[in-house]
This record gives sequence, C-alpha cells and structure tokens, in this order.
Amino acid sequence: MAERNMSPNKTPIPEQDPQVRNKNFDEVALGYTEEMAVSEAARCLQCKNRPCVAGCPVNVQIPEFINLIANRDFAGAYKKIKETNSLPAVCGRVCPQETQCEAKCIRGIKGDSVGIGRLERFAADWAMKNLDEKAEMPKRNGHKVAVLGAGPAGLTCAGDLAMLGYDVTIFEAFHKGGGVLVYGIPEFRLPKAIVQAEIDKLGEIGVKLETNILAGKVISIPELFEEEGFDAIFIGTGAGLPMFMHIPGENYNGVFSANEYLTRTNLMKAYSEEAATPMIRFKKVAVVGGGNVAMDSARCAQRLGADTVYIVYRRSMEEMPARQEEVHHAIEEGIVFNILTNPTQIIGDDKGYVKGIECIKMELGEPDASGRRRPIPIEGSEFVLDVDAVIMALGTNPNPIISDNTPDLEVNKKGCILADEETGATSIPGVFAGGDIVTGAATVILAMGAGKVAATAIDKYIQEKK
Amino acid sequence: MYKILKKRDLNESNVLMEIEAPRVVKKALPGQFVILRVDENGERIPLTIAGVDHETGGVRVIFQKVGYSTTLLGEKNEGDYICDFAGPLGKPTDFEDFKKVIVVGGGLGCAIAYPIAKALFDKGVEVDLVVGFKTKDLIILEDEMKEAATRLHIMTDDGSYGKKGFTTDGLDAVLAEDPNYDAVFVFGPPIMMKFIAQVTKKYGVKTIVSMNPIMIDGTGMCGGCRITVGGETKFACVDGPDFDGHLVDWDEFMRRSAMYKEQEAEAMAKHKCRMEGMS
Ligand SMILES: Cc1cc2nc3c(=O)[nH]c(=O)nc-3n(C[C@H](O)[C@H](O)[C@H](O)COP(=O)(O)OP(=O)(O)OC[C@H]3O[C@@H](n4cnc5c(N)ncnc54)[C@H](O)[C@@H]3O)c2cc1C
Ligand SMILES: Cc1cc2nc3c(=O)[nH]c(=O)nc-3n(C[C@H](O)[C@H](O)[C@H](O)COP(=O)(O)OP(=O)(O)OC[C@H]3O[C@@H](n4cnc5c(N)ncnc54)[C@H](O)[C@@H]3O)c2cc1C
Ligand code: SF4
Ligand code: SF4
Ligand code: FES
Repeated sequence: MAERNMSPNKTPIPEQDPQVRNKNFDEVALGYTEEMAVSEAARCLQCKNRPCVAGCPVNVQIPEFINLIANRDFAGAYKKIKETNSLPAVCGRVCPQETQCEAKCIRGIKGDSVGIGRLERFAADWAMKNLDEKAEMPKRNGHKVAVLGAGPAGLTCAGDLAMLGYDVTIFEAFHKGGGVLVYGIPEFRLPKAIVQAEIDKLGEIGVKLETNILAGKVISIPELFEEEGFDAIFIGTGAGLPMFMHIPGENYNGVFSANEYLTRTNLMKAYSEEAATPMIRFKKVAVVGGGNVAMDSARCAQRLGADTVYIVYRRSMEEMPARQEEVHHAIEEGIVFNILTNPTQIIGDDKGYVKGIECIKMELGEPDASGRRRPIPIEGSEFVLDVDAVIMALGTNPNPIISDNTPDLEVNKKGCILADEETGATSIPGVFAGGDIVTGAATVILAMGAGKVAATAIDKYIQEKK
Repeated sequence: MYKILKKRDLNESNVLMEIEAPRVVKKALPGQFVILRVDENGERIPLTIAGVDHETGGVRVIFQKVGYSTTLLGEKNEGDYICDFAGPLGKPTDFEDFKKVIVVGGGLGCAIAYPIAKALFDKGVEVDLVVGFKTKDLIILEDEMKEAATRLHIMTDDGSYGKKGFTTDGLDAVLAEDPNYDAVFVFGPPIMMKFIAQVTKKYGVKTIVSMNPIMIDGTGMCGGCRITVGGETKFACVDGPDFDGHLVDWDEFMRRSAMYKEQEAEAMAKHKCRMEGMS
C-alpha cells in the first residue's frame, strides 16, 4: 500500500480552459493521469464501516476499487467496479456524486471528500484504452426478453439478462441507442463514443438493438408476448415529454423546449458542419430553469456562438437542482445567472421571431411542499431581457405512448408507470418497468439501479414459470 | 438499413418510392406518416404513408424535392439503402361514419389526398376529389385518382388542363351546387389549406386539415411541431396530423414553418456546389 495522502483537497482534474472550451464541443474534464489517480486513491482511509458504499445506489465496492488503484492494479479496479456497475465510464462522469457516494465520505467532514467519481472514471477510461477483452458470449437458456427503450435503465437490464443467458432484444424509438445519454447530455460532458462503446459491448454478448421502433404503437405489449414469443418485457422508456410554461409568446420562432434544442444539437449534431439538421446561431439566449438540463442547454448555446447566455431561475443559487460541478463550469464559461427571476411573457417581432423575454423579480417566502422556500413575485419589478432565443428547461413528464396504448398498464396521476420497488413488476404479469418512466425525471444511476433490480426479478419470474 | 424497392419519377420534381419496412406495413393506416433519414448525417424528415404493399413489405412515399434532404433522397435509386425509417407515426385519419365527402389536394398534397380518397371510396363513401396543379405538366397520379373518387375535379392555375382556377374555386363550385357534404379533407400547402378553410366555413362544412410542421422525433418529445388549435397548443406528431381546419392558427403555423428558411437555403446551395463539383 502506498503512503496515505493526507491533503485536505481533492486532486484537481485537468480541464480545458473555460475561455477555450466554451467555443468547442470537446470534453471539458480531461481525466486523471495514472499518477494523479494513485495519489487521489491514497486519500481514501479504507473505512471499515464503508459509509461511501451506502451512498451509491448500485453498491459500487468503493474502498476496494480505490485500494486497487492505490496499488496500481487498474485492471483489477475496473473489474471491481464492473461487478455492480455496468457503465462506470458514464457514471464517473455524470453521477451527482456530491449528493451520493461522496456526500457520505468520511474525508468530506474536514476538507474535500475522496474523488470517487473521478477515480471511477479513471479506471473505466484506463480499461477502455488498455484492456482488449472481447466479452464471451454467454450460453443461451432459450428464453427471450424484450426491452423497450435504450436508455441507461434499458441498457443495464439488457446487459444483465444477456449475461444470465437470455436472448434479449432492445426496441428503441430513435435511430440510436443511449437515451438521454445521447440525445440530452452534450458531447462536452459525456463523449458519445463512450456510450457507443458500451452499446457495442452489449452487442458482443448477444443483445440485439432494433432502432426506429416506437413500442406501444408499432408493436404492442400483447403482440410481443403472443406473436413474437417474448417471455417477459422491461419498459424503460424514460421521461421525455417536455413542459412549457403556458405564458404568452411561447410559440414564437426561437422558443424551444430543452429537449428540442439539445436533440438538434447533440443527437442530430447540429454543431457540426456535416450534419443536415439546421440550427440557428442565436446571439442572446435565455434558458429558463436551474437543473442539469438548463445548464446543458445554456452551455450548448454558448458553444454554438451566442454572445450572452442567461439562466433565468425563480429560486436562489442554493435551491438550484443542477449538479454543483455543472453550475461551477457554467459560471466559469461566462453564463450569466439571473436568479430569483421568473418569465412572464415572451416578446416577438412582426415576423414572429423572439426579440425579448419579460421577467419579474421574485423573493423567497415560506417553505413549500418540497421543503424549499416558495418563490413569490415582487409586484412591479418586471423587466425585459433582450434575447433572440428562449429555451424552456422546466423538466419533463413520462413518455405516454406505451401506457396510452396499453390499457391494463397502471400509471399514477403524473403518468408514471406503477412498479414494485423491489422488483419493478407492473400491473401486467411478465411486464416490468424502471428508470424515469417510473420515478419521473431522476438520474442515470437510479435508472441503472432500476434496470438491475428488474433483471434479477425477470430472471426469477421466468425461472419460476418454467 | 432500409432498401428502396421501387422508384418512379412522377415528373421533374416529384418522386414515388417504395421502401422495405415490413413492420411499418403491418400497422400503417391512412393518414399516418413515417420519419426517415437518408444517411448518417441526415436530418429526420417526415413523409406521409401513401400506400403499402403487403406482398413486398414496401411502404410507398411520394415526395417533392424541395430542399436538401428530399433532393438527396431523390438521388437514390432502386436497390439503394437509406439509413433510417420509423413509423407508422401520428394518429390515423378518423373517417367517422361519413357518407359523402370532398377530398381536396393541392400539388404534391394530391399524393396524400389520393390514398385518403381511395380508402374512403373503397369503404363505399361518395367522394368528390378536387385537385389542383400549377400547370398540365405537373399533374401526378391522374389515372390512380380517377379510380379513387366518385367524381374527379382537376383544376390548373393556368387552365392548361381541366378547369382553370385554384382548388378553392373548384371546391366553391362543388359546394355551391350542393353544400350537403359530411366533411372536407384538405391536403396541401398551408396557404391553400388556410383559404380552403375559409371557403368551407362559409358553407358550414366540417373541415379536416393535415398539418405538416417541422418535426424531429415525431413521438411527442421535442415540442418542435407545436401548433395552436382552438387556442390550445397541440403537438402535431402525436395529437395529429389531422386537425379541425376552422380552429387552426394559420398565421402562426406559416411563421413557424419558415423558421429555418435561411439555413435550408444554405444547405441546398452547399449541396448543389458539391454535386457540380463532382460532375
Ligand atoms: C439534458 C439532461 C441532462 C442530464 N444530466 C444528468 C446528469 O448529469 N447526471 C445524472 O445522473 N442524470 C442526468 N440526467 C437525467 C438522466 O439522464 C435520466 O434520469 C436517465 O437518462 C433516465 O434513464 P432511462 O433509461 O429511464 O430513460 P432515458 O434515458 O430517457 O431513455 C429512454 C429511451 O427510451 C426511448 N423510448 C421512449 N419511448 C419509447 C417507445 N415508445 N418505444 C421505444 N423506445 C422508446 C427513448 O427514445 C430513449 O432512448 C439528465 C437528463 C437530461 C435530459
Ligand atoms: C406529417 C408530415 C407529413 C409530410 N408528408 C409529406 C409527403 O408525403 N411528401 C412530401 O413531399 N412532403 C411531406 N412533408 C413535408 C416534408 O417533410 C418536407 O418537405 C421535408 O422535410 C423537407 O426537407 P428538405 O431538407 O428537403 O427541405 P428543406 O429545405 O429543409 O425545407 C423545405 C420546406 O420543408 C419544411 N420542412 C423542413 N424540415 C422539415 C421537417 N423536419 N419536417 C417538416 N417540414 C419540414 C420547411 O418548412 C420548408 O418549408 C410532410 C411533413 C409532415 C410534418
Ligand atoms: S456509480 Fe455513481 S454514486 Fe456509485 S460510486 Fe460511482 S459515481 Fe458514486
Ligand atoms: S468513506 Fe471516503 S475515505 Fe472512507 S472508504 Fe469511503 S471513500 Fe474511502
Ligand atoms: S416532432 Fe417532436 S414533438 Fe412532435
């Protein structure tokens, strides 16, 4: 074991300079070198009661993998993480570590927590570069499972079931798999090649991916069972339905849902010269909202050449739901934060293009149901921001296509599919669900966790039915 | 990859293609559409399903080469492949229990008007098909349309064939003679649909228009296709594409359709350059 590193600070991760990176789509954080990783790993105290592990929704064996890094067994560290987490290169980059594993880290009490996410990313990136292991095709057990939606929930469920010997087909509505990882989260935060590599690996263990299939409409749940012979179905279709504010002017040219803006930019690669999908290069952009989606939209707008990008958020910095790191990066890149501010209407010119957004100042009152202080408008404080585009990043609702077309499938008032927390089982026997379609918009790791839980339950269901 | 089984140039700018997609064939109903991408860098473009062939598993689309993506598609030939083809999307047209209807198609809109008219006609509905073209040379599918209607009324802007005038004139003449129709179905450019809706309003006839805003996913997740109908925001790809023509906010719709005009023109200019550079 290397000597323990008692520095109170996390080993910094090299990053592109903010003034350079806010003009390109290359990854912001460049990742640890081997030396940096070993040195950061040496900050871990190897706590006996492992509080960090309890903070991880998929139980990554944190002290163990970190110890392997400290001892320079990078391949071993990667394998340790893979035991419970099938997408470490993704999670290391996008998990909200500050509220999960790292929130529980003992070293975080005095100083910075151990950089668990950064180390996880290091191990995964190292393996991608240095390990050339072709996965072995597991022996088939003769049973078929259909997975609807190729987001993190569906991919995880498919991978686990394939490893158990199931013949798994994923049906995905878009022309590419990955879900939010490809259409939402931008290249500069999560390179698409990483997601593709993970999907390719699923192919190696026999998972089939059928794209361009809008399940529920093109093939129904009963047809999957009766005509296509599937023994069980997992639904992981996510929460992709955009919300608008229903204020005047929302249909002017230049008002987008974050979903549309990000899909054009990321999935359709509107930032690249080669792509055919058009995107207007707006000069001044207002992004409404304070979550990861808002930060991603704002930082994309900046990279697409805007001079000024505003975040318009109705509460204060403390209440902002985005990951700390994303807010920090956005500020560094020059995004202007208008907090305690709420839009009242969008103003258009005579051709129907956006020319401004009228906002009102807010103050915080008593806590509301969510425990956060409720924002209240300050009368007479309206003002106008001159912008030529407005991006609404207000959150999303569950995708209704499957539930609309499957009357027996029970959903709650918000349209989330009702699924047993322990198994993912829905109201239809043999149909399981997990991820954002069950919880509403949440996180990558929770979606993966749900996919895992369902894979175990599906295996049990099929084995018991035999 | 999806194979082009058949290609026929209907005239200089309109092309008919059949593309192999058995899953789509199995489910397609009149009024639904597909979204396709020609190649890896391609944009997702919606085209109406103009018919299916259960034997070959082919889906028929008819399109006009108006810009970059449709031109690129038009350059493909039988036996070539395109990269993506998703459908059927949107709600099928609701025929209720109409007995007597008018179907109006303007220009390329006839490609979509034709299968709808045929579906109704085959069900035993009395169908007047009013179609309009700029001039005689641009007429498409005349023989097919004759087989799909009780009465076919062809209009040309310049009077070079059929009656002289716009589809609005043709429709007005039919309704003036007998306003007792259950519904009018309209397929064509927005400006035509707007004016047709004004004519039918005068006669108080129910009017169903097929809306074609700019789309990306076609599954309800981007909101790019939103239009205002009766004061409410609708997503054309999942709530439509058919709507009540008397309730649509046409001016907003036309403004939104023109949103990327500059970018589209640029893309087309670049493509022309590349093509000329190659030859
Ligand atoms: C812009 C943005 C940034 C985010 N940033 C973070 C972050 O930094 N960290 C984090 O942890 N989380 C983040 N999230 C949240 C996270 O991405 C989601 O919680 C997670 O992706 C949910 O996974 P899922 O598998 O349930 O659904 P999704 O990722 O939404 O995948 C669902 C898939 O199903 C497909 N589908 C939908 N309907 C059908 C159908 N009828 N038939 C077939 N396929 C269908 C969709 O096309 C999609 O591919 C972010 C989300 C967004 C939008
Ligand atoms: C439900 C639906 C059904 C359609 N059916 C047919 C059909 O059967 N035959 C046919 O020829 N056309 C049809 N269209 C229109 C067709 O999708 C557009 O002509 C095509 O996308 C233009 O692409 P382009 O790159 O060649 O032209 P561009 O230069 O991009 O655009 C030319 C025109 O097409 C419109 N347009 C551009 N992109 C889109 C898009 N993604 N979605 C919709 N419109 C767009 C623009 O507003 C512009 O007016 C339909 C559209 C919709 C929404
Ligand atoms: S998966 Fe996420 S929460 Fe778990 S250890 Fe890794 S970074 Fe932390
Ligand atoms: S809590 Fe922190 S210091 Fe303790 S084992 Fe976990 S990562 Fe290491
Ligand atoms: S095309 Fe995206 S919601 Fe209709």
